[in-house]
Formats: sequence, structure tokens, C-alpha cells
Amino acid sequence: MTVLEQPGSSGNKGTLPGPPPAWRPHVDPAPLLPDATPYRVLGTDAAARLDPGLLTSLYVHLVRGRRFNAQATALTRQGRLAVYPSSTGQEACEVAAALALEDRDWLFPSYRDTLATVARGLDPVQALTLLRGDWHTGYDPREHRIAPLSTPLATQLPHAVGLAHAARLKGDDVVALAMVGDGGTSEGDFHEALNFAAVWQAPVVFLVQNNGFAISVPLAKQTAAPSLAHKAVGYGMPGRLVDGNDAPAMHEVLTEAVRRAREGGGPTLVEAITYRLEAHTNADDATRYRAADEVETWRAHDPIALLERELDARGLLPGEFVTATRDAAEEMAASLRDRMNADPELDPMDLFRHVYAEQTSQLAEQAEQLRAELAAEAADQSVQEARP
Amino acid sequence: MTTTTAPTTARKPAAMAQALNRALRDAMAADPSVHVMGEDVGTLGGVFRVTDGLAKEFGDDRCTDTPLAEAGILGAAVGMAMYGLRPVVEMQFDAFAYPAFEQLASHVAKMRNRTRGALPMPLTIRIPYGGGIGGVEHHSDSSEAYYLATPGLQVVTPATVGDAYGLLRAAIASDDPVVFLEPKRLYWSRADWSPDDPEPVAPIGRAAIRRPGTDATLITYGPSLPVCLEAAEEARAEGWDLEVIDLRSLTPFDDETVTASVRRTGRAVVVHESNGFGGPGGEIAARVTERCFHHLEAPVLRVAGFDIPYPPPMLERHHLPGVDRILDTVARLQWESDRTEGRGD
Repeated sequence: MTVLEQPGSSGNKGTLPGPPPAWRPHVDPAPLLPDATPYRVLGTDAAARLDPGLLTSLYVHLVRGRRFNAQATALTRQGRLAVYPSSTGQEACEVAAALALEDRDWLFPSYRDTLATVARGLDPVQALTLLRGDWHTGYDPREHRIAPLSTPLATQLPHAVGLAHAARLKGDDVVALAMVGDGGTSEGDFHEALNFAAVWQAPVVFLVQNNGFAISVPLAKQTAAPSLAHKAVGYGMPGRLVDGNDAPAMHEVLTEAVRRAREGGGPTLVEAITYRLEAHTNADDATRYRAADEVETWRAHDPIALLERELDARGLLPGEFVTATRDAAEEMAASLRDRMNADPELDPMDLFRHVYAEQTSQLAEQAEQLRAELAAEAADQSVQEARP
Repeated sequence: MTTTTAPTTARKPAAMAQALNRALRDAMAADPSVHVMGEDVGTLGGVFRVTDGLAKEFGDDRCTDTPLAEAGILGAAVGMAMYGLRPVVEMQFDAFAYPAFEQLASHVAKMRNRTRGALPMPLTIRIPYGGGIGGVEHHSDSSEAYYLATPGLQVVTPATVGDAYGLLRAAIASDDPVVFLEPKRLYWSRADWSPDDPEPVAPIGRAAIRRPGTDATLITYGPSLPVCLEAAEEARAEGWDLEVIDLRSLTPFDDETVTASVRRTGRAVVVHESNGFGGPGGEIAARVTERCFHHLEAPVLRVAGFDIPYPPPMLERHHLPGVDRILDTVARLQWESDRTEGRGD
């Protein structure tokens, strides 16, 4: 028995009023919908319009980025990094995120986005401090307009919204670009951040790198949404679906979203379809959850190879340019290796220095205790060294 | 005829909620970077009316009704603080603050430390807490122990009308995050306090001796302070002169005031609504014992809420520490008369 069939309600059959006539959707959803297929530029007619300077710049960044990832992974094998979540295969997303921003804008990276911070100009050694383990954040976020690399998933997204909102309240035309993975879109903070951003019309761009896996869990177990970009519609913001391995497409879509945000158009959600060519981190074994031939399919859609094809077709890839680009990347890697091979200077007293603006008496006592322990340790050592 | 000069501002009864409101208003007027945000804080003025009139006076951008999402509220406040604002966040009730816990523990409390001081978090998180108002489920938690267990936070709770003003001003002025716990059953408690002549800003980290005494120290805070003061009055009939300490600030903890008092009286009872097991009383008793062992005449005892989920309103009076339970506990502090008359344990 439905409500309409209940005794006493039969007289209302067919005349049950709907919502008051003034009700209508708040926003027309049609313009917010993402394209049916990921937006691409490379391999399409639109590629001919691309600025050669942009293409070569993207190429230099991608090659350098791949070399950076390889070097960082190598540093884990040498025990110089505690762990490294590589973005190999996702360089186009990382680089485009960095290049889409003006100097005054802010970047909110997740733990896999070290490369984006380096592409933005951060010193690689400072960028890797978290993963080296000598401190949590190795740079001054305000100096570089780069938030600390966020390990807890999606928690940096509301920060981006708050910062962008605050900038707008102060009359500054600053945009925040926040990065998250496909797994992170399942977190409550993703939902809350997008909702706040849309309600406040905050100048934020959300970049989801959908690399297919959250560690081992494939997207199909993560969401039943038509696409992650479709989630934007529920918040009243546009969703854009892009080929994340097409560097010029990524650059165009992100630059457009940043411009729109800066001009007061509100937030955008961008889903980049990409692939993590390596394991989750050096400590992960990706063969347990994905087949080798799937990885090979994606290698054929490599962001650097795609861009090289376009550059080559337009005569923008002379041998000396390729060599110079690779040499510069090698130089960066060598310098990074040398600097990371030097032991970082550690001061155990730092543990107590920044917990509060003013040290509490309890922390002062504990610092004193550690200082005494260190002194005793040093004394022991000198006694042992003095023994014949 | 001689006349006495009337004070320019008459001190008249004012409620704690009014003092908190005044503190917010004065802080917003003094510093344009102070932003109030939360659920229903704008047009309605908050469910307890603590933000009454602020949106009207300072505009919706300074006192903002947010979507109903506590992690989002606190997370956005973190970003606002990163850009140099001084957000004051209202969590509507103690138990409604739990969704924001990850932002609090992973970012608010750690941001200064993880960035070596580059990104301080001058945030105030106001949370009405505790029971005794006949609230239904999820409206009466004493959640302070969660916050005490999180280094990087300051945890402050006023128990008087004057402190409500002074401590909230201090919390907002602080460059570190403050979890500001407002005892909701004291919101409408009144004291002579002039809204035109507010008390000075009270320092965070200093306890106050609310009643000097010589025989034992009651160590308490927030909603249990009036109960302890009443117990101390009744204790006079038993011949006990009790000192009552209002901690005001749980983090940082005022070891100095507490230690000096207990060394003087030789006996101590910690009183709070929060459950005893894993509650603040255990930490406080341990600190007192470590510092006052040779001065103690008896073990440090605790009067706390039972180790149960907060009871339904019709049963809450059995759970909350009351005067009788405090006096019964004081009686177990191994008084000389116990030994001669065979009373007590």
C-alpha cells in the first residue's frame, strides 16, 4: 500500500500538490557537465594553434620532472629518503598545475605532488625534506605560496578554500590550486571543501589526478559516479574532464580555470585521467593488484612521448635541443644526489622549539631532560673513544 | 548632604553568554582580521546567542553562517589563518565538534611545528561543553580529555563571567590555537560585571584560587567550580577549610599554583564532569603526586563523572559530581579524627 492508497487519501489522488510553483533548480546543471570524453589537444587539429614556446617549455619541465622522480626513487634505495611516492607518468599534471599559477597564487599539494612544488621553483632538497625525514616541511609556505605537502588525504582542500576566501575578503586577486588523487575524492573533506568553495564562490581550482588506483584499490571500488568530474555538478560548479597525459590540454584547462576563478567566476573541478606508472611508493608492490599489460598500455600513452610526437611533427625537436634538455635534467639530478648524500644537520632541541609560540614550563622541563640525556650520551662516547 | 560619587559604569548582573558576546565584539572591533564563523552564528546569533548581533554590526563577511560541516569549517579556518586572518570558530555542541577532529589533530595542532614556526595558527575554537542542561543525547559531552591529549593545542575553560570575557580575549589574541570550552550550564549564570567596563584580558596558563583554605585543595575547572565552592561552604560545618582552585587553563597547566596549594594543605581532590578513567583528573593527580608526595597526608582522590556514555537527561543528576559526592570524597582524605574515631577508610 502506498501513501496514496491509504484510507482517507483516495480523494487526493491525482491532485496531490507538488512543491510550490516558485520552486526551480537553483542552477542549470547543463553547462556544469564535463565533456563525455577527456579533453585532448595533442593529436587533434587544435594542436596546430599551440604556441611553440609553451610546447618546448612544457617539454623541458616534463623531462626534468621524470628525471627528478627517478632520482628521488633512487635515493630511497640508497637510504637517503625514507619513502618516495612517485608521480612518474603523471608529470603533465604536476607540471601544468605549477605553470598555471601566477607567483602570488597558492599551491596545495598532496604527498604525491613533490614534483609540482619543484616545477613551481622550490629547491628539490627543501621539497624532499618531508620524505628525507629531517623535518616535516622544509620550506616556508608563505615565502613560496606552497602549503605543506599533505599526507592526510583531502585535508588540504578546505585549507585551499579558506585561503582563497580570505584573499578575496582582503581584496587580493589570489587563486588557490589544490591537488588530490582519485582515492581522496571519497574523503569527507573533499565533499566539504567543494561545497564550501561553491557556496562562497571562492577562487579555487581543484585538480583530481585520477591515476586509476588508490594504492591498490581501483576506481571502480572507489566510486559509482559517471566520472569524478561529474561530482562538480552536485556542488554547482563546472567539472572538466581532461586527458592528464596531454600536457598542453592540461595547461589550457587549468589556466582557464585559474583565470575564471581570478575573475570572480568561482571554483572549478578538473579531473585529469592519468596513470601511475610506478608503484604507490618504493615500499609497494604493484604487481599484486595490476597486470603488466595494463601498465604497458599506459606506457604507450606516456605524456613525454605524446608531446615529443607533436614537437617532432612541427620540427621543434632538434637533436641538440633534446640533448641539452637531457643534460640539464642530469645536472639537476646529480646536484640533488650530491646534496642529499650529505647528512642533514639535526638539532634535537628543535623538537621543543615550535610546538607553541612560547614554550610551556612542561616543555622546557622536557627539553632540559633531553639535553641532559644528550650530554650523558656524548660523555659516554668520549670515554669509549678514549679507550685504547 | 554628602554624596558619594557614583562609578561611571555600574556593575550589574550579567550572564556569561553576554560577557562572551562582548569579548567577541570587542575583539572584532579592535582587529579587522578577527572573523567569526560557524553554524547559525550569523542571522540567528548562535543557538546560545553568544554571537548575537555580530553579523549585523560587522557584516556577513566578518560573522559568517557556514554550511553544516564541522571539518569544512575548521579546515577553511586553517586556510584563512594561513592568509593572516584570525578566525574564531564556533562548534555548536561538544559532540558536534568530533567531525572536525582530524583537522584539529593533524593540522591545527601541528601546523606551527611542522613548518618550524612559519605558519602559526591563531585560531580560537569555541565549543559549548558539559552537561546539566537537560540536553538529549550528543549535547552534553565533556570532551576536554581528547584535546588535552593533543600537543600544540591550548585548552582553556572559563568558570566565571569575568573570565569568560578575559580568557576569550586572550584566546583570540593568542598566536597559537585555543580550544575554548564554554560550560554551557553556566551560560546564564550571572555575576556583577559591567559590560561597559570589562575585566582585563586574563592570561592563559594561570590558575586562580577562588577560595583560600587550609585543610585540603579542591582542584577543578569550568562547570564544576560553582559545585566545589558550594561544597567548600558546606564543609565548614564539618570543620574543613577547603581551598578551591579554578584551573582556567588545562593546557598549559599551572603546576606552580596547584603545587604550592597542595604542599600547603597536604590534601587534594580533583573534581570534574568528564569521566574519571582517562579523564584529566588522572593526569592532574599524577602531577600533584609527583610534585607533592612528601607533603601529602592522603592519596589524591578524584570526583568525576562515571565511566559511562553521557546519560539521558532524566538520569544525568546521578552522573554529575555534586556537593555530597565531593564531601564524601573529602571525608576519605585520612583525617586525624578518622584514625581516632574509626571513621573513613
